[in-house]
Amino acid sequence: MRRAVALLFVGLLVWGLVGWAQPGKEYVAASETTLAAVAQEVFGDSAYAPAIMRATNAKSLADPAYLKIRTLDMKIPAGAKLWVPERAWAEAFMAFWDPNRPEDLFGGGKLVVGSWWTAGGEAEGLNALFEIYDEYYPDVQIVNATIAGGAGFVFRAVIKPRLIAGDPPDTFQLHAGLEVEGYSPETYLTPLDKLFEIMGWTEVLPKDLLDLLLYKDHFWGVPVNIHRANVLWYDKAIFEKYGITPPENWDEFFSICEKLKAEGVVPFVMGNAGGWEAAHLFETILVSTLGAEGYKGLWTGETPWTSAGVTEALEILKKILDYVNPDYAALSWDGAGEYLIAHKGAMMIMGDWTNGWFMAKGYEDYGWAPVPGTRGIFDALSDTFCLPKRAPNPINALGWLMVCGSKEGQIAFNTRKGSIPARTDLTAEEKALFNPYLQSCMEDFARDAIVPSVIHGAAAIESWVTDFKDAVNLFLATKDVAGTQRALVEAAEAALAQMGK
Amino acid sequence: MRRRWLKGERLITLLLLLPSVIAVAVFVYGFIGWTGYVSMSNWNQLLPDYTFVGLRNFLKLFAHPRFQIDLRNLAVFTGLFLTGSLAIGFLLAVLLDRKVRGEGFFRTIYLYPMSLSFIVTGVVWRWLMNPGSPQMGSTGINLLLEKIGLGFLKSGWYTDPRVGIKAVAVAAIWQMSGYVMAMYLAGLRGIPEELREAARVDGASEWQVYRYVILPLLRPITLGAIIILGHISLKIYDLIVAMTGPGIGFSTDVPAYFMWETTFHANRFAQGAAIAIILLLMVSLLIVPYLIFSVRREAEV
Repeated sequence: MRRAVALLFVGLLVWGLVGWAQPGKEYVAASETTLAAVAQEVFGDSAYAPAIMRATNAKSLADPAYLKIRTLDMKIPAGAKLWVPERAWAEAFMAFWDPNRPEDLFGGGKLVVGSWWTAGGEAEGLNALFEIYDEYYPDVQIVNATIAGGAGFVFRAVIKPRLIAGDPPDTFQLHAGLEVEGYSPETYLTPLDKLFEIMGWTEVLPKDLLDLLLYKDHFWGVPVNIHRANVLWYDKAIFEKYGITPPENWDEFFSICEKLKAEGVVPFVMGNAGGWEAAHLFETILVSTLGAEGYKGLWTGETPWTSAGVTEALEILKKILDYVNPDYAALSWDGAGEYLIAHKGAMMIMGDWTNGWFMAKGYEDYGWAPVPGTRGIFDALSDTFCLPKRAPNPINALGWLMVCGSKEGQIAFNTRKGSIPARTDLTAEEKALFNPYLQSCMEDFARDAIVPSVIHGAAAIESWVTDFKDAVNLFLATKDVAGTQRALVEAAEAALAQMGK
Repeated sequence: MRRRWLKGERLITLLLLLPSVIAVAVFVYGFIGWTGYVSMSNWNQLLPDYTFVGLRNFLKLFAHPRFQIDLRNLAVFTGLFLTGSLAIGFLLAVLLDRKVRGEGFFRTIYLYPMSLSFIVTGVVWRWLMNPGSPQMGSTGINLLLEKIGLGFLKSGWYTDPRVGIKAVAVAAIWQMSGYVMAMYLAGLRGIPEELREAARVDGASEWQVYRYVILPLLRPITLGAIIILGHISLKIYDLIVAMTGPGIGFSTDVPAYFMWETTFHANRFAQGAAIAIILLLMVSLLIVPYLIFSVRREAEV
């Protein structure tokens, strides 16, 4: 009996590992038949024949035991082995397959994935997704088309000319939110509403995120993760040594700065070599001075940029500059993080990818808190993958999007990347796979007011983000509060006019 | 009979030239024309929009604070880069012209930086000019100054908005002055010793020999060097990318970098094209007089 149970267990394990590949099941033709008849039998609708043809052909590339189907109306001999995909897959295939592209019925080919994930946990996370994809679709050759450069600034510059030229990758990374405007999605991307509906993603993704994903009433990208931008990181050793607790507001923050400066420690570290880090900091300060609704209103025209909260935020940024590391212009955010690791700098404000980077560096002596004055607010950004209209292998890309949206894919990706899954239907055991920071982040995400990050593409169109970034960059040198606020007002007017508000 | 044969040869010449003429016409002048057309359009999103808006993009650009800073930076950079490279290049050439021992060795050393790309130069000088901090310690030039007891000379270099683009100019001078040296050295070797002797016999001091004999004779070389360095300087982009980026308050920003950002980040394709046209005009201000000058000289010869 015991042996039988053990055998069964091993058998299940093997089946689990092998039978995992492309969701669906084997089908052996009992007598001579046609694809339409098989489709009628398993799906109750003969129109699904192309989906079975594609799935079987893809399978046969890896395993010759499966029948190779050359045409839709080919006779299926008795005893032939077919692969019947899951209903959701078949529905998605039928929704996205273009009947003018018979080549998509044969499987194989490439999947070119464009992203800016090249280093550390990001690259590991991406590889985890590739591994899962490869299990489901062993017939497809994955091409990892990454381009380095902070927050995708270089990647986006490369992808745009390719979209205009009609030579896009099969899928590429895109921030959730108004960044998609910069890709003129009505012309260059395929709306994914059907896929969201078929896969039931509208049920498992949080409403704030769904609102962010909608642009011109369509979904254009499948979210894989969520990052938080408003996190204050601090070195525990320094905080303990001087008996400091994380600041709750800016007054506390500056009194800590004063104290640490007198001790010869750099109170606050930042980098700005990428040109966007200071703007990231300023964004989180705006959240603190305006509150969730006020900050959100900045990007919709409801909160005027002339308001006192903006002035106050600029004053705070100006004051912070008195306490930063002198070499900040030469450092990127991770270079600045070295100060914390060396216990030479006390605090830093950066998104929670910092957590993954700290772990990669083997640094454990860090603590985190919301940016002063932003407790209860979650400044969010999310990475998505989209489907270009002229993708060379759209069906391969469709499979990729399904992996990105799946629980399995999101857990594998996010535990490595150091972000939280976009899906909110994780069980307690699944949540336990994440590290303590990420678990606390998931709790905050479920509870806090969500606001969209501007510098990471969620809140505003790209031209506005650039003007915002430029105004902050100029401010670092001029420290001219009134002039910068004027520039921000002008940027808002231009952008809102362009958006037709 | 002879005339018809000539005609045939001309035809063949024309046919042989035709592919490159067409290629240049399309890929150089055609694209310049197209950029000019885009610069007067309303293309401000990814999807092209060729609505004609006249010179609006140019007017907006000249009123743009970032572009004003860029033009100022470019003027400072070009001024420093030209004078620095010419002065140092000339000095090195004069010293090497003294028939020193190991001339070949020194010549090679001075010429080496030119063989690097601006990207490499930029990365190296970014490290050399890293400002460091009291807490994390100094590196590069600041460390050197500290060690030799000149700590008070330490600077933020390119991270200090007051220095900014001047620090980048130093890196560019380091790279190109060896090239200028080579040009001048060739020029100096071409000046017959008799001319110097004659001047000396006439009682000219060594300074006067250079001032009144050598420099005037080297004028074509100086002009050539100014043209070559000048157009590199106006188009400078790679060095900025590798070394500093736009910098705090755009203290190291240049039009070419702004063009890249505004085109591909802000999706202002028309504005980017306008910057490209302005750069083209600036370079042609430098090149066209030179072309006219050299064509005339050829005609005279």
